Amino acid sequence: MKTIHKILIGLSAGVLNGLFGSGGGVVTVPLLERSGVEQRKCHATSVVLIFVLSFISVGMYAINDNLDFVKTLEFIPSGLVGALVGATLLKKVKNNSLKRIFGLIIIASAIRMFVA
Amino acid sequence: MNHIAGFLAGLTASMGLGGGFILIIYLSFFEDINQSTAGGINLLFFLPIALISAFFHFRNGLVEKKLLLVICIAGAFGAISGALLMNLLDEELLRKMFAGLLLLVGLKELLNSQKYNSKPHKSQNMVKNLEK
Repeated sequence: MKTIHKILIGLSAGVLNGLFGSGGGVVTVPLLERSGVEQRKCHATSVVLIFVLSFISVGMYAINDNLDFVKTLEFIPSGLVGALVGATLLKKVKNNSLKRIFGLIIIASAIRMFVA
Repeated sequence: MNHIAGFLAGLTASMGLGGGFILIIYLSFFEDINQSTAGGINLLFFLPIALISAFFHFRNGLVEKKLLLVICIAGAFGAISGALLMNLLDEELLRKMFAGLLLLVGLKELLNSQKYNSKPHKSQNMVKNLEK
């Protein structure tokens, strides 16, 4: 992969991650795929990349006092259970209906956010 | 309710379906938390989950280590400028921009699921293999 591609992937994922606190993976997975990386590796590599970026963004958010540790703790135990279930499920269901439901949920949310 | 949201966010995050969106949507609609705080919560939330996933991915040899260095360095610049930009923007505008991102990703998911649907189902392939 050309260095310029790597730089572009990093920059775009970083900006999304820092700006919204989410969404870096949306860019890294398809861009890595387009660069010829095997699909499973794209997902795995993307998780590691977003982990590093999130670490940096968390630092920036901390400087600006934008972090709510107490609130976050409420979600972590159930989130970890979800992550373990998801990791096992992923091998079994490559579900289109799941993707479709997810797509509809976030489109509906987007519309509500625009209106609200 | 928090546990359900956490569970779903963890589930979708580990399946690569975009768990961050679920948590931020939940926080902004049900808890009335603004976009920048919701983003911060999501970043913190993602760290332990990604750490566990990353451990498994490294062990399974699925991580392209060669790519990491340059992308991470560029990504660090991106993340710092993104976070600085966030502080300059008005919450309302930030929320609208995030909504725009959601809309794009949602449409992409829907279109992708259509594409996958047009391919023959796994069971049909198995039948074909049996016929051979």
